Amino acid sequence: MVTSTETLRVPAPQLFDCRDAYIHALEEMAVADSRVCAVANDSLSSAKLKSFRERFPDRFVNVGIAEQNMVGVGAGLANGGMIPYVCGAACFLTGRAMEQVKVDLAYSKSNVKLCGMSPGMAYGQLGPTHHSIEDMAWTRVLPNLAVVVPADPVETAAAMYYSLMHEGPMYLRISRMPVPRVHGDNYEFKLGKAVRVRDGNDVTLIANGVLVARALDAAQALAAMGISARVLNMSTVKPLDREAILDAARNTCGIVTAEEAFAAGGLGGAVAEVLAQERPAPMRILGVPDVFAPTGTEEFLLGHFGLTAAGIERAAMELVKNEG
Amino acid sequence: MLAEKERAEWLRQKANWTRLSAMTMTHHARLGHTGGDLSSADILTVLYLGGILRIDPARPDWPQRDRFILSKGHCSGAFYSTLASRGFFPLERLQTYMDSLSMLNGHPDRNKLPGVEANTGPLGHGLPIAVGAALAARMRKENWRVFVLTGDGELQEGSNWEAAMTAQHYGLDNLIVIVDRNRIQQGDFTEKTIRMEPLAERWSAFGFAVEEIDGHDTAALLGRFDRLPFQPGKPSCLIAHTIKGKGVSFAENQPSWHHGVPNDKQLAAAAVELGAEVGW
Repeated sequence: MVTSTETLRVPAPQLFDCRDAYIHALEEMAVADSRVCAVANDSLSSAKLKSFRERFPDRFVNVGIAEQNMVGVGAGLANGGMIPYVCGAACFLTGRAMEQVKVDLAYSKSNVKLCGMSPGMAYGQLGPTHHSIEDMAWTRVLPNLAVVVPADPVETAAAMYYSLMHEGPMYLRISRMPVPRVHGDNYEFKLGKAVRVRDGNDVTLIANGVLVARALDAAQALAAMGISARVLNMSTVKPLDREAILDAARNTCGIVTAEEAFAAGGLGGAVAEVLAQERPAPMRILGVPDVFAPTGTEEFLLGHFGLTAAGIERAAMELVKNEG
Repeated sequence: MLAEKERAEWLRQKANWTRLSAMTMTHHARLGHTGGDLSSADILTVLYLGGILRIDPARPDWPQRDRFILSKGHCSGAFYSTLASRGFFPLERLQTYMDSLSMLNGHPDRNKLPGVEANTGPLGHGLPIAVGAALAARMRKENWRVFVLTGDGELQEGSNWEAAMTAQHYGLDNLIVIVDRNRIQQGDFTEKTIRMEPLAERWSAFGFAVEEIDGHDTAALLGRFDRLPFQPGKPSCLIAHTIKGKGVSFAENQPSWHHGVPNDKQLAAAAVELGAEVGW
């Protein structure tokens, strides 16, 4: 039994900004492969590209504040045999340039990697204009485009290295919100494969991005109540790991999904599409409901919308109780 | 001198063949963009058959090739005819234009058809891609050039001007924008819709070395494309003054022929006016 005083003695986990892992990986790849280049839309500091520009001035393009052009330029660079990493705030990179993402990258099968920085509600206080919670619904319906939402710095770096080997367009959603590590040093990223970060057979929690650590916390709290929760890090939203979803539906009483995006059309929607057609199972989809967020920090807004360990725990309890 | 004249005349005839080919395709598909196919035919012909583009149909993915990007992707009739004429795929394939499951989509798809560099159709996509391909040449220390053909109405899309700023900033003199200035867009004349003039001054204000030309004068086009860039250190812009529907009297300068479809009689009349025979 863990007492509250014991809990207090546990040191707070170290937290990481995933952008550090992304830029470290990008610079390492640029050293190793002369085809790697970066394209930015002025946002050098938010995309952490200042040192990249200094180290590889000839392989750095700043198009200015012009996202449609930025994505098209990426497609052209790929046509010329380069492997461009097109980096910008996720809200503008996807929303402003959506048709270029569709036509120039996905439909064209261009070998371009989009790095959507500071997604979700990372720019919480700046308001819904700067939130990127539509991007999951927008990107995951596009054929050929891989969509990846890393959970921690280890996975961010692993997904970056993987992207260099992957032929075709990818959207990587790079979080800036400090998160704890959820993966060990030997973690190997596999596109389209969910990672079972905790075993369990009563209920399944499926999350990605910053919600994975929260799902793990929820699982721990559920364990204290005698409920064994499986936790899947579904970092790849496309292509989706259908088998992991169906296995969860077969072997647990239901599935809670949690993501920092609109509840409509994102990871939860993707999981629901599989379940509804292949093995209906009780579900709770946690995300931002059909409203634009009020003003607040990312932490506040996640709490406001129940995207917390407690919120996930509550949803899981409902499924377990209904089952009982 | 005579040889050059003959070459220009041969290209003019080839362009008329392309016109009739495009109209035949549109007649077959009951869909297409006759007006723009006809205005762009001479430019396409000079680039592909006049020896301007350094390309090899046997190796469409040759890394050092010049890139041509058809930003006005709706003019696929003229474009496909030109590619087939240049040997990228058999002429007979033109018979399948817009058929179900055809490789010849209404707008070009590079994953289906050799020689296509970019999937276009929505306007304002070609120039940013061309800028990227021109930047890639610089990064790879290669000397390929990038040609992009845009419509004039198409320049109402803001992404073109975003890309123009990038081209200028990076001094991309391996990039040439050709504007098919036929003065008509889907709904009406450009100047009645959204004024494009002063177009040359606009490009030049955006840092391009600008020249204007008769877009149907194959000799002049040949001569101009032979000496690129227009000015070292600057991207080039050639405003090609053309006639929408050029070469077919009833289609010339008629906004309704933007996507007009010829009937049997009109197709036969066009063949006579163009002095061409399709033969595929």
